[in-house]
Amino acid sequence: MLHDTSLPAVLIFLLFAGGVLGISFYLGSRARSASGYFAASGGIHWAVNGIAFAGDYLSAASFLGICGMIAFFGYDGFLYSIGYLAGWIVALFIVAEPLKRLGRFTFADALDNRFNSRGIKLAAATSTLVVSCFYLIPQMVGAGALVQPLLGLPHYVGVISVGLIVTMIVTTAGMVSTTWVQFIKGSLLVALCAIMAAMILWRGVTTRPTDADGRELPVARRHVPAAEITEAPGAVVLPAEGGWAGQPYVRVRDAAGIVSVWREEGGGLLSETQTVSLRPDGTKWVNGRPQGKGPGETDLQPVGYASKLPGGVESTGPLGPIGFLRTLQQSEVILWRSDRIAEPGGGTSIVYYQKPTAGADFMAPGSSPTFRSVRGERFIDKLDFLSLMLALFCGTASLPHILIRYYTVKDQVSARKSTVVGIAAIGCFYVLTLYLGLGAMTSGSLDVTDSNMSAPLLARSFNELLFALISAVAFTTVLGTVSGLIMAASGAVAHDLMTNFLKLRLDDYQKVRAARIAAVSVGLVAIGLGILFARMNVNFLVGWAFNIAASANLPALVMLLFWKRTTKQGITAAIIVGMVSSLAWILLSAQAFRDVYGLDPARAWVPFSQPAIVTIPLGFAVLIAVSLLTPRQEDNSAGDSRRVAEGKFPTTV
Amino acid sequence: MAGLHFNTPESRETEDATIVAHNARTGLILFAIYVAFYGGFMALSAFWPAVMSQPLLAGVNVAVLYGFALIGAAMILALIYMRMCRKAK
Repeated sequence: MLHDTSLPAVLIFLLFAGGVLGISFYLGSRARSASGYFAASGGIHWAVNGIAFAGDYLSAASFLGICGMIAFFGYDGFLYSIGYLAGWIVALFIVAEPLKRLGRFTFADALDNRFNSRGIKLAAATSTLVVSCFYLIPQMVGAGALVQPLLGLPHYVGVISVGLIVTMIVTTAGMVSTTWVQFIKGSLLVALCAIMAAMILWRGVTTRPTDADGRELPVARRHVPAAEITEAPGAVVLPAEGGWAGQPYVRVRDAAGIVSVWREEGGGLLSETQTVSLRPDGTKWVNGRPQGKGPGETDLQPVGYASKLPGGVESTGPLGPIGFLRTLQQSEVILWRSDRIAEPGGGTSIVYYQKPTAGADFMAPGSSPTFRSVRGERFIDKLDFLSLMLALFCGTASLPHILIRYYTVKDQVSARKSTVVGIAAIGCFYVLTLYLGLGAMTSGSLDVTDSNMSAPLLARSFNELLFALISAVAFTTVLGTVSGLIMAASGAVAHDLMTNFLKLRLDDYQKVRAARIAAVSVGLVAIGLGILFARMNVNFLVGWAFNIAASANLPALVMLLFWKRTTKQGITAAIIVGMVSSLAWILLSAQAFRDVYGLDPARAWVPFSQPAIVTIPLGFAVLIAVSLLTPRQEDNSAGDSRRVAEGKFPTTV
Repeated sequence: MAGLHFNTPESRETEDATIVAHNARTGLILFAIYVAFYGGFMALSAFWPAVMSQPLLAGVNVAVLYGFALIGAAMILALIYMRMCRKAK
């Protein structure tokens, strides 16, 4: 869909971005030591840090991806909400305190505390970099999705601008400004979502959706007798050639020469579709005309409404939180699905067709293509779902940008308290996602081509101001998460790789400079990847990042804490095997074949897409086997004080 | 605000082995409770999806209520953990 630039949205957005940058510059001028840059000198208040946890965690994926997935597929998107929050249990009960006790700046510090091994430093720093980059992709894709309706700019402009702004934030002030950006954005995001959820309940559900100005939105036609279309004066039915052969579609060229595509419902009835065609000459056509806003051009229609409500009413009026869910369970909603068709003359068309879906269907697991397998009979298909839920559960406590936040508070009690505050804020947010997603599903405002834009478009269906605010906060969300990730990655390069692995003797100034150069490099890589993966649902991409994080980091972290026989070789091997195996699995999965390489998913090498259920146990097995095969090692945590004495750490310890 | 002071020196914590062990054990017990609850959700979704679509309370189905319960349980267990943990002297 094409989107108009919205002046209030642009102004509010600029105000936000400017404010965030201002805070960064102000705080940056005050953070001088390496400890200040990487860990805010351990001086952040636990409550601030708790909300900053929420800010770090409630990324573009949480906000845009989950809302989009619920809006397009129903309950299946909410499975991610549940898994993302459950992961915090691992973080709080297992990881938080020992990690705070063992480490100083980075995840590698904690793992290496007992051993002082260069192998561990290299492996942990590499896994931090890989996970950060994978997690950066969905954030950047989300940024692009936001600026399209907000500023009316192409996707890549959003990606580049986020990349540049974030790199500026991170290079100016490090962890302090990152924390405050996260705090501001975390609190605003939860508050605004609560307001929007209240507005959704107040509006209720209707079979005749209207836009923000109260104008009734056009609704795609259904149950149209075939003869009415095919036998209209001057209409010609086109032969089913090329990819159209055997498909349930009827293509009709009308008297004006415009081709429309209709889907056969059965019983001689047709329903309207929306088509997007990419022609061999590179032009984009929508519903038989060139895409655009000018004369002779057209654009996609917004979609998504309830076609039947309980009791046959046209509108429910205001609903309570339980009443809203009950109503949707008893309603029928028009969801949209798509088919990709190869055109006989070259080029491809994507046909978006209506799929009336009962609430009882989309309000339970298994209604989306990703999780359809849970309703099947084959055990191996169900593993994909179980594997993803396992990855979400184990991944949170293994994400580098979450792990480093434990070093920004002063002690273990603060680490614990801030995690509890984080869980409360994040839990509230995830409950709200179900309302936002279902509200978007029935708002009549969805862009059928892009699920990631559902939440901002839902806000636009209320009014421009809310849309401007939500877009600006979501954009700040992306800024915050990306800056946290770039921070983690730059710490891995400057602290783990350069100082600890390569044994470069860097003073504080050089170390911070190295981190800043690393931040710029990672920022540039993120921009490139964000443009490359533009069309994937950001939530799905985050699922992959969780798989890699859980497979690479969790076995090492857990065994270090709970198994005394763990050796440095065991940890190094577990990180490398976990990281490489999960990455390879993802790259060889059906999902990557279809969405990344554009190949036939049936040719994928691995039986299901989510690796965690195989690669996490593999990491544990490798760690145990290698540890048992290598000699028992003495506790070397005294190494810290020796290195401080050698001047390799700043002396603020 | 505390977070804006940059030159606060970091303090290494004094560790009491019994407190560390007590807190770790508390964490593991609560973790096991949550794992069982989450595992039940995974198993029900994967192997008995029809159960998930049954209305349970006030017309809302098992899937939604179990999901909300998992989110609520995480918050409640987190608070219990905070109350049960001992502080270092």
